[in-house]
Amino acid sequence: MCLAVPARIVELEEDRAVVDALGNRWKAKTTLLPEAKLGDLVLIHAGFAISLVDEEEAKKTWQLIAEISEFDDTPNKLSG
Amino acid sequence: MLDRIKKAQEAMAAACESLGRQINIMEVCGTHTVSIFRNGIRSVLPLNLKLLSGPGCPVCVTDQGYIDAVLELADREDCLIATYGDMIRVPGKNDSLETKQAKANVKVVLSSEDALQLAKDNPDKTVVFVAVGFETTAPATAVAVKEAADESIDNFCILSGHKLVVPAMRALLSSKNNHIDAFLCPGHVSVIIGYGAFAEITRDFHRPCVVAGFEAVQIIEGLSEICRQLSTDAPELKSMYPAVVTEKGNVAAQKMIGECFEPVDGDWRGLGAIPNSTLKLRGKYDRFDAFKRFSIRPSASEERKGCRCGDVLCGLIDPPECQLFGRSCTPQDPIGPCMVSSEGACAAWFKYGQEKIRT
Repeated sequence: MCLAVPARIVELEEDRAVVDALGNRWKAKTTLLPEAKLGDLVLIHAGFAISLVDEEEAKKTWQLIAEISEFDDTPNKLSG
Repeated sequence: MLDRIKKAQEAMAAACESLGRQINIMEVCGTHTVSIFRNGIRSVLPLNLKLLSGPGCPVCVTDQGYIDAVLELADREDCLIATYGDMIRVPGKNDSLETKQAKANVKVVLSSEDALQLAKDNPDKTVVFVAVGFETTAPATAVAVKEAADESIDNFCILSGHKLVVPAMRALLSSKNNHIDAFLCPGHVSVIIGYGAFAEITRDFHRPCVVAGFEAVQIIEGLSEICRQLSTDAPELKSMYPAVVTEKGNVAAQKMIGECFEPVDGDWRGLGAIPNSTLKLRGKYDRFDAFKRFSIRPSASEERKGCRCGDVLCGLIDPPECQLFGRSCTPQDPIGPCMVSSEGACAAWFKYGQEKIRT
């Protein structure tokens, strides 16, 4: 699945970031999005930021992901 | 919101009526497939508009020869297999990675970086990363390979099964028995490759290519735009997902793919060999290529008996037309990959099986 999750960069050191989506925090890298800055909202796919995203779009996607998680009962969705 | 849906629906109905024939639109993105079912979008479409779920799920399009190669490596005592969770239940000749996982040499990872870390933490094993996915995922693999090279992490390698979407779309349209009128193009693949990458489909095959987001309203508006283009016989390339998809895409990610990989001919489930459709590591990264390191030659694809995932992926049949569907093949006990992956067409049809089969 080519699903990408919007998250905010809350820590950034070189290309190593910590991102936050609705209170969930995890590590990600900004290697593929060199322009990303601390505080930016980005789309994360497979542990990498791939695009900047605006607040409105992020909210829509969080909603969709909540629905898909409900749809999907296998853990560790990703890939694609 | 409802106004937007109503407006798009009315425009779509008018366009389909004026066309007066069956229209087939293929989506090539598993997330679209799920969203279409989840939102009951098929039930609000004009009767002569049919949606086909194409090769949009990486697990589904990965050929059986690749799956069997992974399973063979999982039998080696000196290997650790690092895989995305999606791949774990795909059945091979005898078993799946899930059954091998009991032997503790199969690890589920969320990122290529996790696989690389696994190699650092287990210097006495060779970590093989099951590198599947489309252009969205390939750059992440490329970064890990480059890091492994820079840091000389020699017990890391990848089995590249990365695939490119546009060559598959070309192959589908080049097949004689296709009846695809247009594509609803994938959202997140397009974040990387840019919607401009689909220009060749519109140019060479005279088919509308519209990129849409994943919300119900975005999908309906995308379909409506396609119907409008078909009814005026003016196919174009259009992004209706401007918030994240640009014409050129993520250039840094494209460069990263180009740095590590080159496109070669590759096998797809159901579609067979497609020219320049699979990513292979470039010569300078040979030592990280698991195919070379273990002298693997993927065996000829051998589909499971009776499984029609290939026909489903080509849009030739709907899943319920397969004799295994819902009988011997279910999400709990899948036979084909389209039932394994929650974003596979068969799993989505199974989940929403009450829907009327439209032919």
